[in-house]
Amino acid sequence: MSFPLLTATAALPAVGAIATAAVPAARRTAAKWLALLFSLATLALAITVLIRFDPDGDRYQLTESHAWIADFGVRYELGVDGIAVSLIALTALLLPFIILAGWHDADPLETKSSRWRPTQGFFALILAVEAMVIISFQATDVFLFYIFFEAMLIPMYFLIGGFGDRAHAGSDEKASAQRSYAAVKFLLYNLVGGLIMLAAVIGLYVVAGNFSIQEIAEARANGSLDMATNTERLLFLGFFFAFAVKAPLWPLHTWLPNAMGESTAPVAVLITAVVDKVGTFAMLRFCLQLFPEASKWATPVILVLALISIIYGALLAVGQRDIKRLVAYASISHFGFIVLGIFAMTSQGQSGATLYMVNHGLSTAALMLVAGFLISRRGSRLIADYGGVQKVAPVLAGTFLIGGLATLSLPGLAPFVSEFLVLVGAFARYPVVGIIATLGIVLAALYTLVLYQRTMTGPVKPEVSTMPDLRVRELVVVAPLIALLISLGVYPKPLTDLVNPAVEHTMSDVQKKDPKPEVEAAK
Amino acid sequence: MSATAVHNLWTMAAADPIDKIDAPNIEYGQLAPTLIVIGAAVIGVLVEAFVPRKSRYYAQLFVSVVALTAAFAAVVALASSGYGTTKARIAAMGAIAVDGPALFLQGTILLAGLVAIFTFAERRLDPVAHGNRIDSFVAQAGAVPGSEGEQAATKAGFTTTEVFPLALFAIGGMLVFPSANDLLTLFIALEVFSLPLYLLCALARRKRLMSQEAAVKYFLLGAFASAFTLFGIALIYGYAGSVTYGTVAKVVDGTLTTVDPALAGTMGNDALLLIGSAMIVMGLLFKVGAVPFHMWTPDVYQGAPTPVTGFMAAATKVAAFGALLRLLYVVLPGLRWDWRPVMFGVAVITMLGGAIVAITQTDIKRLLAYSSIAHAGFILAGVIATTEDGVSSVLFYLGAYSFVTIGAFAVVTLVRDAGGEATHLSKWAGLGRRSPLVAAVFAVFLLAFAGIPLTSGFSGKFAVFKAAAEGGAGSLVVVGVISSAIAAFFYIRVIVLMFFSEPKADGPTVAVPSPLTMTAIGVGVAVTLVLGVAPQYFLDLAGQAGVFVR
Repeated sequence: MSFPLLTATAALPAVGAIATAAVPAARRTAAKWLALLFSLATLALAITVLIRFDPDGDRYQLTESHAWIADFGVRYELGVDGIAVSLIALTALLLPFIILAGWHDADPLETKSSRWRPTQGFFALILAVEAMVIISFQATDVFLFYIFFEAMLIPMYFLIGGFGDRAHAGSDEKASAQRSYAAVKFLLYNLVGGLIMLAAVIGLYVVAGNFSIQEIAEARANGSLDMATNTERLLFLGFFFAFAVKAPLWPLHTWLPNAMGESTAPVAVLITAVVDKVGTFAMLRFCLQLFPEASKWATPVILVLALISIIYGALLAVGQRDIKRLVAYASISHFGFIVLGIFAMTSQGQSGATLYMVNHGLSTAALMLVAGFLISRRGSRLIADYGGVQKVAPVLAGTFLIGGLATLSLPGLAPFVSEFLVLVGAFARYPVVGIIATLGIVLAALYTLVLYQRTMTGPVKPEVSTMPDLRVRELVVVAPLIALLISLGVYPKPLTDLVNPAVEHTMSDVQKKDPKPEVEAAK
Repeated sequence: MSATAVHNLWTMAAADPIDKIDAPNIEYGQLAPTLIVIGAAVIGVLVEAFVPRKSRYYAQLFVSVVALTAAFAAVVALASSGYGTTKARIAAMGAIAVDGPALFLQGTILLAGLVAIFTFAERRLDPVAHGNRIDSFVAQAGAVPGSEGEQAATKAGFTTTEVFPLALFAIGGMLVFPSANDLLTLFIALEVFSLPLYLLCALARRKRLMSQEAAVKYFLLGAFASAFTLFGIALIYGYAGSVTYGTVAKVVDGTLTTVDPALAGTMGNDALLLIGSAMIVMGLLFKVGAVPFHMWTPDVYQGAPTPVTGFMAAATKVAAFGALLRLLYVVLPGLRWDWRPVMFGVAVITMLGGAIVAITQTDIKRLLAYSSIAHAGFILAGVIATTEDGVSSVLFYLGAYSFVTIGAFAVVTLVRDAGGEATHLSKWAGLGRRSPLVAAVFAVFLLAFAGIPLTSGFSGKFAVFKAAAEGGAGSLVVVGVISSAIAAFFYIRVIVLMFFSEPKADGPTVAVPSPLTMTAIGVGVAVTLVLGVAPQYFLDLAGQAGVFVR
């Protein structure tokens, strides 16, 4: 038996979570270093997965399969395709930066008793989320996926509710109330989504008798598993609802601005760049593979929802006065693009969507983490409290600008490639949709540049005048992200090579071929 | 008139000597679990009478623990020698079934009972008073609350060690209840376990008036329910001419056509069957705490001493669902087209009712009471599946649920202020900051109640919902999922309160319990996690135990 590489990749952060939680209360710094160490080791394993994975090989590689709960027809089945590999790499890559960026976020206030150990808890929970996210990307058994899809809500919930910004030191009571509201809203939205999916999971078992996506997809392809049209549609809706809450798609998005606004910047990055990706990833892996006919049936409605997300998210981002909420609405707009790419049912669209997931993770992480550094300096999330920062802290302003430009998909930065592919993919099949979606780009330029202009340019506000520039730790966080954004923007081929074969498989699942180019068709 | 005839006027021939009556044939070995527990309960009564007051507590605890352990060993021995599967039989002249479901449920009740006895015996939560350690029970049950007699009893250090034999009697009745194979045995078992419970409810040391009120409510409503059951049994006898499960089932199916001449007028009258079985089921649903027979649950759960509440919530539910399953699956399968829609409706309103009303609760014990109602609804979803899977899913759920419940109530006993347990939710604010471990354990139990994956609650819920869906009740699954979402809201609210609220200055303290309560809580956590992560072994066990003997 070969070394269970995938299990190890998911188990390592879980072990790290337990180890970190067990560090004695007084040894706070040791807990931080331990967490960082485990996240780096996980990254090393994820890179090994990336190297061992052969893009042109089998669809699922590095597979593992063990009996687990035979009574429920559940097996412990792992396997990765190109899409999963790239998202696992993204997760493992972002985690050390998230931990570093949140280095001081959970230092206890002096007043707390010595038994309260927020620091250990904070880093342990982050690692726990990482473990669950990674195994969700690996699971090829629907039940296994579901378990971790749901279970990751719990550590996430404690991260949002338990650890807020220091920004509101003055009004602690109110901030804590808002924070627990955001945490409960996050949990209830996602739990309801998950429970509706549970009904669909049970329904799938009744119809199919097992949970292996490979077996079910195979049985569906060769006709041995016949689903009534209505059954398939209902099951699809059950799954899609959960993923649309997670992603989040309009009108199920309202938990995201609260959750991202109230949590610390690193946790906000964890939510939007890592956890939410499970939702869009699952649309590709589960919705399209298991229910191809229903996916095609639902496409028009989903495309409209995606369009609304793009435009509505962007419009609301323009109107925000709070930096973190602005990034949250921008993310909603971006998730609209991802869903659009997935359901455009063209290979460009789906490759673009997958790239988008990775690039959005990188660009949002860069923007949000720098925003977090900015907020921690001034103690306020309001855009109006800033001004002229670029004169006082040029490096901070510069990195913030690059993060922002990446968010608006400036050519030369990584997100441009993916956004372009999504739009091309959408345009090929649904020109009107492509045209409307393009409006999103214009609005993105608006909200990013206005944000930059109001906070960084203009006269220096007195409260900002003593603001220190980025520290070494903060530079270590930001510099690699920006380097990646630029290099993947200039040379995206390694990523596209990884993703394209997997997308071909998905396309063949839904039995869609790319529409012929107009010119050729006219001949 | 002949001499004989005249003689006959004032004499009669003696009947044949009674030498041919068959002595009842009792399979003592197969009934060992019940007999051990009842025997120990009798010994417990003798201990009360003859052992000096000082050593009673230890003697009672010893007798109870040994008896329950021995009875559990007997269940395991019976199960491993095949009585659960191939050698399943009906013992004690047709009164008691020894089969898979019976043994599984008896094992569950015994283990839950053992853990509950540990919480009964806890004496470290309250500070030592007058040089005596005190437990959760009143010093002298007969003393009027607030009277001088009560003070004197407390001062003298009296303890109500009768709770141990009472609990043993209750457990003995619960062991018979799910294995009863005729309606009279069912009724007697019902009374045997109910009466001690009524008493136990009245024995709280603190808030005695509330405790007594709870006991009176429970007793009155319980007596009503018992009366309904008995009436139903009478009607069924009129319909079938027998109270034995197998015979009644045959009459229902129409395979037994011999008519008892004395009952010729009523036998086979469907009205009797329907009304009678409805009344029996009503009595059982009362014990289960299903809507609309749930009204007693919150008051009784709140008023009873918390260890008793945990015991009732766990063990009574197991026993009552066992009896319900056997009744519906052995006696009334021929009537399932009549009872399934009814039970379907009951399950729906129980799930939704329990979950919705729980949202408004401000007392942790009442909250857990409504949550137990919602859980009864989930279990009913498995009951109406009418498949072998349905039975085993219910068995599994009951096992998983009872340990979480006892553990959760054991945690409730730890959180105390000057007036005893601090059960009002507002007092729990910030508990996670003050005692992270206790709050974390309670959070695990709450997450299990909410059915979050990787806890036993999820495995159980999945099992019953899967069985219900396969049994053709897909819409019930949808309702179940919706009420799970509603229920999740109030479990999460408690977690928010514990972890995200600032502790109040005059908040409660968390008592450091003895190893007894720690064991109860530890077992709860262990079962919750093991059944959540690796449930296969126990699912197999429940799966093998899924067939009733007829």
